[in-house]
Amino acid sequence: MANLVNLVFAGLALGCIYALIALGFTIIFKASGVINFAQGELLLVGAYVAYAGVFEWHLPFILAVLIAIAVTVAIGVLFERFALRRMLGRPVFSIIMVTIGLNILLATFVDVRWGSNIRPPATPFQIETGVKLGAVFFSAGNLATIAVSVVCCAILFVFFRYTRQGLAMRATALDQEAALAIGIDVRTVYALAWAIAAAIATIGGILLAITTFTLNTTLGDIALLAFPAIILGGLDSIPGAVVGGIVIGLAQELTAGYEARLPVLGHGFDSVAPYLLMIIILLVRPYGIFGTRKVERV
Amino acid sequence: MSATMHEETKNASAPPRFLSVARNRALLVGGIILLGVLFLFGGDQWLTVVDFTLILAIATLGLNLLSGYAGQVSLGISFFMGIGAYTAAYLGGPPPSTPFDPNGLGLTWLIWLPGAGIIAALLGALIGPTALRLRGFYLGIVSLALVFIGQYLFSNARTLTGGAPGRAVAPPGFGDFTFASPSPILGITLSTNQLYFVLTLPILALSAIFIGNIGRTRGGRALQAVRDHEVGAAIMGVNLFEAKMGAFVLSSFLAGISGAIYAAYTGYTSPEYWSLLLSIQFVAAIIVGGVATVWGSILGAVFVFALPEILVQFSLLPQSASSTALSTGDLSQIFYGLLVIGFLLFEPAGVIGLIRRIQVLMHRSESKRKGGDPASEMEATEGTSREAEHASLPGAADASPSNE
Repeated sequence: MANLVNLVFAGLALGCIYALIALGFTIIFKASGVINFAQGELLLVGAYVAYAGVFEWHLPFILAVLIAIAVTVAIGVLFERFALRRMLGRPVFSIIMVTIGLNILLATFVDVRWGSNIRPPATPFQIETGVKLGAVFFSAGNLATIAVSVVCCAILFVFFRYTRQGLAMRATALDQEAALAIGIDVRTVYALAWAIAAAIATIGGILLAITTFTLNTTLGDIALLAFPAIILGGLDSIPGAVVGGIVIGLAQELTAGYEARLPVLGHGFDSVAPYLLMIIILLVRPYGIFGTRKVERV
Repeated sequence: MSATMHEETKNASAPPRFLSVARNRALLVGGIILLGVLFLFGGDQWLTVVDFTLILAIATLGLNLLSGYAGQVSLGISFFMGIGAYTAAYLGGPPPSTPFDPNGLGLTWLIWLPGAGIIAALLGALIGPTALRLRGFYLGIVSLALVFIGQYLFSNARTLTGGAPGRAVAPPGFGDFTFASPSPILGITLSTNQLYFVLTLPILALSAIFIGNIGRTRGGRALQAVRDHEVGAAIMGVNLFEAKMGAFVLSSFLAGISGAIYAAYTGYTSPEYWSLLLSIQFVAAIIVGGVATVWGSILGAVFVFALPEILVQFSLLPQSASSTALSTGDLSQIFYGLLVIGFLLFEPAGVIGLIRRIQVLMHRSESKRKGGDPASEMEATEGTSREAEHASLPGAADASPSNE
């Protein structure tokens, strides 16, 4: 039982990180119809810049995080402005590939700048600490992850619900031409979408490094597991991204915890379980749990 | 649809065949001479690069049929290559001598090579109906899942695949004659690299002719209609399922063949090689080369698979003074990333488009010198460049899933 609670707790924390990454995908997709395959490397760059801030430039943690966010937001906005905007209306796989191109460049940049050695994560507290309740251990990293994710989601909710720019973004997502017609600057919306996605990817990256205790160049690969999350929730649904992320996180932690009892599954089943779940969802509800069903017209 | 109308549309919109331009034929002859020189005098260092490129170009052609002609985004090609590689290893491998060895049937390569393609194609036919219900980004993401599921299966089905460490793959050969060591063929002794060259080039040529001709058949035009507007194509009477399945199965077949030769050439296959990165490189190859063109696939394979290799092996990239800074591997990665972004932004028709553009420029300056009729020259050249552009701009981005 304690084991189960531990797994569920760890799954929730992991799911929160997936949810943050998935939110980035969904916000960009809703605004501009682009799936950003470079989300994982934005996360990686963010985590490494935060590391550099704390361990190389000896800045306070909060300042390092702000610098990391500034760097990834700049990368995201510049990439959107100078690369993606030229690609409007081009076929899907050209758009996928141009973001993969960015992905390769960012991964190489991190590899060149910091090398492939494992490094300690930037953190405001001792990563091994935590709260023990009976046989259940709540690690500080996981608690912080859940808390920060809830705060991020709340801020995003307020932003989309109550601010002028948030309303503009929702309007653009609903109908871009109508948004243009009533005077919304869609270019600002695109830039804002990339800025938000890059910022929450960075936060996700820093949290991921803290919860896994290490910082290395494969950190960005985790973003691929946010794909099952967004498919599960529906590609164009923001609540869907959060729910999908948490479901995938739980599914992964639980399979990781219990797969040893089923030797038939072999090694590494937890890394494919999210994908299998995604394929099943796609067969049953191709537009996800919260996604909108699209009507085709010629 | 009447025959005359068909004829008309063909004349109006058929892209000029690459080889119908005299300069392109000259390029081809140049290419053949270059290959011949490399074959005879290249030595192992150059021939290794040539062989790898020829082998991978086969799968690039397959992916171009699926993604370029039919417009279906797939990141799953390395899965089908892996299936081909393991099929070859299983069918051609020796029966196990100890209980820990992976199984093998010990069949000749005349069986395992086509077998690798057929098994990959069958698997494609099995997965296709599920995957092809989805479109655009959705298909891309599911095909990505296929790569991870494939790697999981390859590292767990130990009796077939040898598990995570992988298993050896038998080289092709007849009796004593084997591709693994220099062997005499018709009285001439050829090195291993030369033998694989002789094996692979005809397979690549056949695949190229096959794909090129498919593009001009009824089925091939149906594929391009599906790519340009799916619902429109369906209303015109194209069976979407059949068209997509055809492309999917054929591309899996070519990927299987390519994977089998690749594994035989390296002598080994292990799960980590059939990764997402490999799939991405193939997509990069068809974009850099030129979407929906046969020559584009081949040139794209050269750019993506051979060029970084050449730059690294022959240290043509600038070596940095301090050893800690940029390694040649990093530089080739940067080069490769910039190549992909650069082509997508500035020359969406790929290397083929670049060649056409250069030819248009040459043509113009030539006709200016001769003082020929500028209007008709303009018309002719505009036509080709627009065609090149058109070939690379299939349909609008459509990311919605569909239930058929």
